[in-house]
Amino acid sequence: MEFYRSQVLVCGGTGCTSSGSNDICAALKSELAAKGLDKEVEVVKTGCFGLCELGPIVIVYPEGAFYSQVKVEDVTELVEEHLLKGRIVKRLVYHDAIEDDKIKSLNKVGFYAKQERIALKNCGVIDPENIDEYLAFDGYKALEKALTQMTPLDVINEMKKSGLRGRGGGGFPTGLKWEFAYKQNNPQKYIICNADEGDPGAFMDRSVLEGDPHSVLEAMAIGGYAIGANMGFIYVRAEYPIAVKRLEVAIDQAREYGLLGKNIFETGFDFDVEIRLGAGAFVCGEETALIHSIEGHRGMPTPKPPFPAVSGLWGKPTVINNVETYANIPQIINKGADWFASIGTEKSKGTKVFALGGKITNTGLVEIPMGTTLREVIYEMGGGIPNNKKFKAVQTGGPSGGCITAESLDTPIEYDTLVALGSMMGSGGMIVMDEDNCMVDVARFFLDFTREESCGKCTPCRVGTKRMLEMLEKITEGKATLEDLDKLEKLALSIKTSALCGLGQTAPNPVLSTLKYFRDEYEAHVVDKKCPSGVCKALLQYTIVDDVCKKCGLCVKACPVGAISGKVKEQFIIDQDKCVKCGACMEKCPFKAIVKK
Amino acid sequence: MKSLAELEAIRKKTIDNVNQRTDRTTTRIVVGMATCGIAAGARPVLLAILDEVKKLGLGDVSVVQTGCIGVCRLEPIVEVIRPGEEKVTYIKMDAEKAKKVVDEHVAGGKVCDEYVMHIVDGHVVNDYTVKHD
Repeated sequence: MEFYRSQVLVCGGTGCTSSGSNDICAALKSELAAKGLDKEVEVVKTGCFGLCELGPIVIVYPEGAFYSQVKVEDVTELVEEHLLKGRIVKRLVYHDAIEDDKIKSLNKVGFYAKQERIALKNCGVIDPENIDEYLAFDGYKALEKALTQMTPLDVINEMKKSGLRGRGGGGFPTGLKWEFAYKQNNPQKYIICNADEGDPGAFMDRSVLEGDPHSVLEAMAIGGYAIGANMGFIYVRAEYPIAVKRLEVAIDQAREYGLLGKNIFETGFDFDVEIRLGAGAFVCGEETALIHSIEGHRGMPTPKPPFPAVSGLWGKPTVINNVETYANIPQIINKGADWFASIGTEKSKGTKVFALGGKITNTGLVEIPMGTTLREVIYEMGGGIPNNKKFKAVQTGGPSGGCITAESLDTPIEYDTLVALGSMMGSGGMIVMDEDNCMVDVARFFLDFTREESCGKCTPCRVGTKRMLEMLEKITEGKATLEDLDKLEKLALSIKTSALCGLGQTAPNPVLSTLKYFRDEYEAHVVDKKCPSGVCKALLQYTIVDDVCKKCGLCVKACPVGAISGKVKEQFIIDQDKCVKCGACMEKCPFKAIVKK
Repeated sequence: MKSLAELEAIRKKTIDNVNQRTDRTTTRIVVGMATCGIAAGARPVLLAILDEVKKLGLGDVSVVQTGCIGVCRLEPIVEVIRPGEEKVTYIKMDAEKAKKVVDEHVAGGKVCDEYVMHIVDGHVVNDYTVKHD
């Protein structure tokens, strides 16, 4: 086999071939031969890179330089500059390069620069199935400190001073919750970790459990010591098999080292943890429903008060905290409340993990100090919206939250500012939407979810979400009137005030917030019978633009229902009655002559 | 059951294993094995690395799994920290690439530049599927 110092990949897919990649291939070969580089540099024709609109594509390895829209005239420069002199031709690099850099370590990428990792400190660094590695990064030192140097009240005061608030959605101060349970005079108390992460698009808790399970166990033991509980339960979704497995491994290792069990550190404190699997009901993330589920009953909420801190699991005082909340606790004990309180803003301390999803370049997890703006998260860490599309809104708080529009992008992320915008912090899902997302459809999606997940105990939620969904479906089908919009709003407001638990009370939020910020889109569906984003199928029409159409007849073959008629070189027409709006013709048309409106 | 002194001894013993700085004494290869990593194909990558390390008989190299690093779209991610060197992050790995990394970087000391991130205008360009998917 011959050895080449460099490989030039030229796309030989259909798209790039039709934009001239064969000529580029030939030009490259002859230019390389002319410069005497043909023994050093290999030209390889490859399959489609999937970026046909920017073709022809040329990639030069080992640098991985990605050139787009290369023309035959560029080849001489490419060979001369890049392959002979080793300088990347920035002019041709994909997306107008201004800097060009090889980054060896992930820590140096912009994605990480603004992050502050507390809950995710060990995620992606240690081996989650090896307790020794957790120990090496001061693991279980916080438990040691709490048990040997602090009284339960010291621990609670430290938590209160830190300003840590619940990361599961409610934002209730953790220290206060612990204090309520501490004050209960009862020999049996419980600690629960809520890992029933159910919001669509959210996976913060899963990542913590998979990446750093010991931090949660340690924090639960600290909580147990503070309130006087000797037993903890982790309620985790059965849909997270890896998280469950790593938790099991972690619990076994902690027991083996005596970090769980009887007489921990010979202080006389007993604490053990067991796992309970959830069966995939969203409502079981609500604390009273979760408690009933652990007790073996049907997972249905009960009215509060009594709060779990007074009467929770089996009627005993119980503290329920979220996974991410726990993941912060060992470090608060280790580094002190003042350190934690110095991060974030006045009313929201510390950091928050967000799961970025939807129309965003960097899908993934970020942990940011409170007070970071939405713009920084979406554009600087998230890398902005792909395909040069326009930002429309960001949805936070999952099915309980609302949408935030472009005008509010400079709002610092805090519990209270997000509520003021009609959304909420929630558990940390952040779904970005661009101009192609129909806001009525988004509201319909979330209502469909909450309607399905409603446990059916209270009427406002059971019947109300169903009625709201029906109204939204009417709107997306173009059958609604303006009166329906008012009815929808009225119904949403009454469900908000009358439902039993958090699920029902927050279910109307996606509707209310989209109605508030995107009423024009609702009205377009109702009055003009149009979906401005082109999502709602019933309101769309596919038509052939006669001027652009080259009368090739490909669309006729593509149509699965025979809705397109016409003869080659004559006119083609789509029969709107037959059309099922699948979009196959539009995909197939090489000339973009079919439009949907 | 371990005493406090024993725990402290474990911490001291393990710290070099997890040391992220350049003053470590052994080589550490980390494979992202959270749900995102496994879904992207991290398992064959991990197996290939274990296999290759064994085949080459490399001592003082620990191969471990880890949780989600955060950039799920670049998984499978492999990180190599060698004594005296900055951590190197390899992205979008597969078994073949992983073998090469063990051969050339871990054993040979030469970073496999083609698998690290190439940043142009704030975007990772060897990840061309991302912006247009």
